[in-house]
Amino acid sequence: MQICLRRFSCCTFVVFLCLVGTPLHAALNIEIFGGGATQIPIAIVPFADEEKLKQNVSAVVAADLHRSGLFRLVDSSGLVPHDPREIVYPNWQILGADVLVIGSTRMLPNGRVEVRYSLVDVARQELLISDIENVSVKYLRAAAHRIADNIYEKLTGDVGVFSTRIAYVVKQGEKYALQVADADGFNARTAIEYTEPIISLAWSPDGTQIAYVSFENKKPVVHIQTLTTGARKAIAKFKGSNSAPAWSPDGKKLAVVLSIRGGSQIFLINSNGSGLRRFSKSYGIDTEPNFSPDGQSIIFTSDRGGSPQIYRMPVTGGASGVAERLTFDGNYNVSPHYRHDGKSFTFIHRNGTKFNVAVLDLETRQVQLLTDSQFDESPSFAPNGKIILYATEIRGRGILAAVSSDGRTRQRLSTQEGDIREPAWGPLPKLHSKLH
Amino acid sequence: MNRILSVVLVILLSACASETTKPTDEAGYQPEDASLSAEDKAGGPTLNPLTDPANILSKRSVYFDFDKYLVKDEYKSMVLSHARYLREHSNASVRLEGSADERGSREYNLALGQRRADSVKRVMTLSGTKENQIESISLGEEKPRAVGHNEASWAENRRADIRYQGE
Repeated sequence: MQICLRRFSCCTFVVFLCLVGTPLHAALNIEIFGGGATQIPIAIVPFADEEKLKQNVSAVVAADLHRSGLFRLVDSSGLVPHDPREIVYPNWQILGADVLVIGSTRMLPNGRVEVRYSLVDVARQELLISDIENVSVKYLRAAAHRIADNIYEKLTGDVGVFSTRIAYVVKQGEKYALQVADADGFNARTAIEYTEPIISLAWSPDGTQIAYVSFENKKPVVHIQTLTTGARKAIAKFKGSNSAPAWSPDGKKLAVVLSIRGGSQIFLINSNGSGLRRFSKSYGIDTEPNFSPDGQSIIFTSDRGGSPQIYRMPVTGGASGVAERLTFDGNYNVSPHYRHDGKSFTFIHRNGTKFNVAVLDLETRQVQLLTDSQFDESPSFAPNGKIILYATEIRGRGILAAVSSDGRTRQRLSTQEGDIREPAWGPLPKLHSKLH
Repeated sequence: MNRILSVVLVILLSACASETTKPTDEAGYQPEDASLSAEDKAGGPTLNPLTDPANILSKRSVYFDFDKYLVKDEYKSMVLSHARYLREHSNASVRLEGSADERGSREYNLALGQRRADSVKRVMTLSGTKENQIESISLGEEKPRAVGHNEASWAENRRADIRYQGE
């Protein structure tokens, strides 16, 4: 797969990752637009003997880094070093590569694969990473994502999110499927399928469960489903409507929106469905709660001031807490979602007749609009705060899109058929929990 | 042009809506006992007042203006007829299903639909109907009756429906 990316180019680069997917797992098509202002030129040499494997490793690493918008892939022009001792540095300087990734793969007698790889600083002729992955064949993609994460972290100083997963809903005909896929759209699996709508997906902080709203009982009910077992439980099924689940950072409780006391108001409930207590108390609509990463406060949408705006209230204050209004531009600001560090949040801002993704910096109170499309919905940050995933529409079809937090790089993720909507970016995998 | 067209559509639609839901004295709801005895005398089949097209109780939809949730006067007699039916049939119950058009946040639209269903419920409970016979819920923008992406479809979807248990 040849990928080229010119700086400031307005061309569309289409990466048909689905071509190497297995037929069992539907993949998302990913298109990438634009690129960061300062992209690191990186050469990724095909790893030795990887053509003998079912899964090409270096191509996955290259696609991951390219998708981030922070790297420019440099063609290796037939140079194929696999070991640091084989590198002729002047050649790579001529090609304009600042950094170089090389490696090799080896089938082990026990059926596992050993992947050795190195990241090299070309100018300083310095080894930045030298590591070995030892995995079973079916986890080669996961190993490739970890390698991309390590390279990304070394070169940018930020945590990589290539090993994370995303969840979303695909509507096809009258069927609604809650699907979970790798962050690059591969390995899409259906967690549950209904003939009634599914909305408002929320990952548990440990990534093992997803809370969502289903209409299978002819009204909105909040469920929690465990991904590995498929077991699920209705945790808010009170009289009236039950919706908008949001997990507390410790995973012990959720904020939900209920109409049981009239109107739509925010309540807190333990993740096993016990201990219901009221959180917000207004005569208007209070909905779309989202916990701050420190668990101390909740931001939410309320029309208590006459139009939907975003407010913040301390969790400890309970129903008597004072809500602070955070958005003031325009008359429709909804769907707030915190960044991982709690310093900002993303939300949807109505901009004339358009609904766009925006970010509000809580220190400066500055708002930045990141998109210019027609109908954007459900924005959420990647767990490193560098990318925002959201739902949008193109020619009347629902697709997912992602924009870098500086607004420079965009991606579109679509399925072959059907509408895709309600995305939620999962948490980082547990530290150093390599799949073996 | 588009705007004119959509305005015309809205007028047509609202005219249509009010025509189908405006009660007439002849078709107005009669207490079930009275209608039963009338039918017995005539010897005809027993018509279910809830589905008889000539009965106002077969009218089930309340339409709302954009971003509004007040029950307009033109729907009050219909809603009050259902409230009266519930008072006279203590074992009957209804689910009021609010809806919203597709624009904007799904969860906020769910709350808007809830508010519309709650408004209809309030008209019913203020007339003396018991709260335990009514559940107001919202379908938000998830179950649109009209699937177009224009003002006519949006107006059709800003709605609350009255559904009896078992329907």
